[in-house]
Amino acid sequence: MFGYYIDLAMRSLKHNKMLTALMVLAIAVGIGASMTTLTVMHLLSGDPMPGKSATLFYPQVDTDPTNESNHAQPPDVMDYRSAMDLWSSRRADRQALIVDSQLKVRAPGVDLPPLMETMLSTTADFFPMFDVPFQYGGGWSAEDDARHARVAVISADLNDKLFAGQNSVGRTLRLRDSDVRIIGVLKPWRPSPLFYAVAGGRFSGGDTSSFYGKPEDVMAPFFSGLEINDGHFYQFNCWGIPTTPGHLEAAPCNWVQLWVQLGDAGKVASYRRFVDDYAAQQKALGRFTHADNTRMRGLMQWLDFNGVVPSDVRLQTWLAFAFLAICLFNTVGLLLAKFLRRSGEIGVRRALGATRGAVFAQCLVEAGLIGVLGGVGGWLLTMIGLWVVRRQPAAYADMAHLDLTMLLTTFLLALVVSLIAGALPALRASRIPPALQLKTL
Amino acid sequence: MDIRPILMTLRRHKFTACLLILEIALTCAIICNAIFLIDQRLENMRVVSGVAEQELVYVKTAYIGNRPDAPARAAADIAALEGISGVKAAALIDQIPFDYGSDNAGLRLTLSQREDSLSAAMYHGENLLRVLGAQIVEGRDFRPEEYVPMSKVVEALDKGELGNQPNPAIVSRAVADRLWPGQEALGKQVYIGQDVPLTVVGVVGTLVRPSEMQMAKGAQYSVVLPIQEGSAEGSVYVLRTAPKDRDEVLKAAVAKLMALDPNRIVLEKGTMEQHRRDFFQNDRAMASILVGVCIAMLIITALGIVGLASFWVSQRNHSIGVRRALGATRSNILSYFQTENFLLTTMGIVVGMVLAYGINLFLIVHYELPRLPVMYLPVGAALLWLIGQCAVLGPAMRAAAVPPVVATRSV
Repeated sequence: MFGYYIDLAMRSLKHNKMLTALMVLAIAVGIGASMTTLTVMHLLSGDPMPGKSATLFYPQVDTDPTNESNHAQPPDVMDYRSAMDLWSSRRADRQALIVDSQLKVRAPGVDLPPLMETMLSTTADFFPMFDVPFQYGGGWSAEDDARHARVAVISADLNDKLFAGQNSVGRTLRLRDSDVRIIGVLKPWRPSPLFYAVAGGRFSGGDTSSFYGKPEDVMAPFFSGLEINDGHFYQFNCWGIPTTPGHLEAAPCNWVQLWVQLGDAGKVASYRRFVDDYAAQQKALGRFTHADNTRMRGLMQWLDFNGVVPSDVRLQTWLAFAFLAICLFNTVGLLLAKFLRRSGEIGVRRALGATRGAVFAQCLVEAGLIGVLGGVGGWLLTMIGLWVVRRQPAAYADMAHLDLTMLLTTFLLALVVSLIAGALPALRASRIPPALQLKTL
Repeated sequence: MDIRPILMTLRRHKFTACLLILEIALTCAIICNAIFLIDQRLENMRVVSGVAEQELVYVKTAYIGNRPDAPARAAADIAALEGISGVKAAALIDQIPFDYGSDNAGLRLTLSQREDSLSAAMYHGENLLRVLGAQIVEGRDFRPEEYVPMSKVVEALDKGELGNQPNPAIVSRAVADRLWPGQEALGKQVYIGQDVPLTVVGVVGTLVRPSEMQMAKGAQYSVVLPIQEGSAEGSVYVLRTAPKDRDEVLKAAVAKLMALDPNRIVLEKGTMEQHRRDFFQNDRAMASILVGVCIAMLIITALGIVGLASFWVSQRNHSIGVRRALGATRSNILSYFQTENFLLTTMGIVVGMVLAYGINLFLIVHYELPRLPVMYLPVGAALLWLIGQCAVLGPAMRAAAVPPVVATRSV
C-alpha cells in the first residue's frame, strides 16, 4: 500500500508543478536557514572534552581584599600567590596553571621574519589532563617545571610554518631573547571553545566569539615562560596599581588561571573543602576579606557561566526557527489547498471503500514526499549557508562544517516539519463526505 | 464597499483564513523586531568619532623590548615620520578609535566616593589631539612642557607623588556634561581611583572611545592625558596626511620604521577609514543577515498568499460567474478579493503587533535590548499590506477574468 501511495503522491505532485515547487522551496529555505544556524550552535555549544569534562574543575577564590567591587562573584582568575598555593599543594589528581602572553618568536636557521605569537605558559599536567594529541615528541615533566627547563611544545600550524611540517623535535626556537629546545609538536588540535582560556565572559556583552580561537602556537613550562617573557604579562584585573607593569608575581592583580582534574565525587567534595579551608586560612592571615566567596564550577558550568555562545549566534538561531515556523504555516496552507482541490477524487476513493485512515495515510505520504524533496533542497542550502559562515570574520568560522549527525538531523527535521504541516490538511481531507462530492461529478 | 459578504464567506473558510492570519502575524512580528535590530546595528555603525578619519593612517608595532632610551627612540621615530613627504603631523599614542581593546579608568568626583562616577577611555601621547584632528571646544591643548614620559609617571605612581601635584587633563564634552551638568568644566578636579587627581584644562568636543563593549557604556567618554608614549609599550604611530596620499604615506611610514629598527614587528597597519570598516564588520554582517531573512520571509509569505488566493478563486469559480451574471463588473470582483486580502492582512497585523511586543520582551530579557519604539509597528504593517496587495493581484485578476457564462455550467 505504501508503494502505491508513493506512486499516487508522485502523480499528484507532478500534476501541479508550480504548487509543488512552492512547497518544496518553502521547506528547503526554512530547513536551510535553521540547519545552518543549528550547525553553528552545535559547534559552539558542544562539549570540548567529551567524556572527560565532568572531571575537570575551575576553582575560584576571592583574592580582592578591598571593597571596590561588590564581591557577588569571585574574580574570574587568581593572583599569583593564591594560584601557586593551590597548585603546589597538589591535592587534585592533576592540576595546571595557565597564563598567556605575547612574544616574538624566531627559529634560528630558518629564513623567515620573526613572528608575533601568543605563548601559553603552563605546567606539565596540562597535556595529559586535556588529552592534547602529539604528532612528534611529547610534553614536559614535573621536573622540567621545577628546574625551569628551557623547552617548548609547538602547534602543528607553527611547525608547518617554520619547519615545513618536518619532525622538529630537538630544534631550537628563540622566544624573545631566550633559546628553548622543541620537545613536542602537536597534532592539529582545535577544541571548541578554547575552554581552558575562557574567562571574563560576563564582561563581554555577549560578544564572545574570541573564545573560539585557535590554541596558542607556543607552549612553555610555566616558570620558564615567566622568566623568558618577564615584563610582558597582562593582568585580568587589579585592585591596586602594580609597581612593575608586566611583572605581576607580587602585584595586587589577578592574572593566572588554575584547572584541576578530580576523578570522583569524593575527591570533588574534599577539594571543595580544601579550597574553602584555604580561603579561610588566608582570611586569618589577613590576605583575604571575603573568604566564603569561593566557587568550583565544572568545565561545562564554567562555560555556561561565561555565556560562551555569542549572543549574535543565539539570536540568529531564534530567527531561523521563527523563519521555519513561517515556512511551516505556509506549507500547511498550500497543502490544504492542494488536498481540498482533489475533493472529488478523494470522494470517489471513499465511495469505493477507502477508510478515513487510508485517505489520511495517503495524504501524509504525499506530505512526507514533499518533506524529503525539501530536505534535499535544505541540505544544499545548508551547505551554501555554512560556506557563507566560513567566509565571516568570526574566530570559529573555519570550523563550520556539516557533520554526519547534523546531516541526518537535516533530513529528519525536513520530514518532521512536512508531516506536521501535512497532518491537519490530511485530517481535513479524510473528513470529506463522499456523497456530497459524488453529487457534483 | 460592503464587507459583510466577505466576512460571511471567510467564516466558511475559518481554518484556512486563520492559517493565513497567523502566518501574516508571525511575519509581521518578526519583521518589526528585525527592522528594529537592523536599525540598532546601523545606529552603532553611525557613531561619530570626532577625528579626521579621511586623513589618518596608522601603524601598530609590537613591543621591541624595554629599552632605557625608549622615549628618545620614539622622538626619533616621530621626527623621521614627519620627514616623509605628504605627512602633515605624526604622533605615537596608546590607542586609537575603533581598536578592539581599550585602555580605560574609572573617574570619581570626590576621594570619599565608593564607586566610580563613570569609566572613560584614557588616551595619551604627545600632540595626540592635533594629529587626530579632534577639536578643542573649551580651554586649551597641553603645553609642550606639560608632557611627561610614561616611565616617569609609573615611577611617580610607585612613590605616590602624583597625589601632590595638579595633573592637567582634557576631557570630552560627554564626560564634562555627565560629571558637571550645566557647569563650567574648566579648572574642575576629578580623581582616578584614590591616587591620582586630575585638573581639567580643556574640553574636546567629540572623541570616541575604542572597543564596542566600552562604547555601550558611553561612546564619547574619553580623557586625554599629557603622557608621552615610549615606543616600548606596543603603541600606535598615527600620521595625518591628505586623503589622496594615504596609501603612499603608509607604505613609506612602514619602510621608514623598519629602517630605523629592523627588529620591530609591524602588527597592523592601515587607514583609519578601513580601521572603522573592520571594526563594524560584525554589525554589518548581522545587519545583512537580518535584511536577507526579512526579504526571504516576505517572499515566502507572499507566495503563501498567492497559493491560498488561487485556491479560493478556483473554488469560487462558479459563484464568481453567478455574481458576474447578476451584474457585478470585473472591478467589483477585483476589489472583492483585494478587500478580502486587506481584511485578512489587517487581522494578521493586529495579532502581529501583540506578538511583536512579546518577542521584544523576550529580547529585552535575554539580549538587553531596548524597548521596541512604536514607530516600527506602522512600518511593518505597511510592508505587509503592500506585500499582501501585490500577492493577491494575480489571483484576483484571474477571478475578474471569469466570464459570466460559467454561471450557466453545472460544474
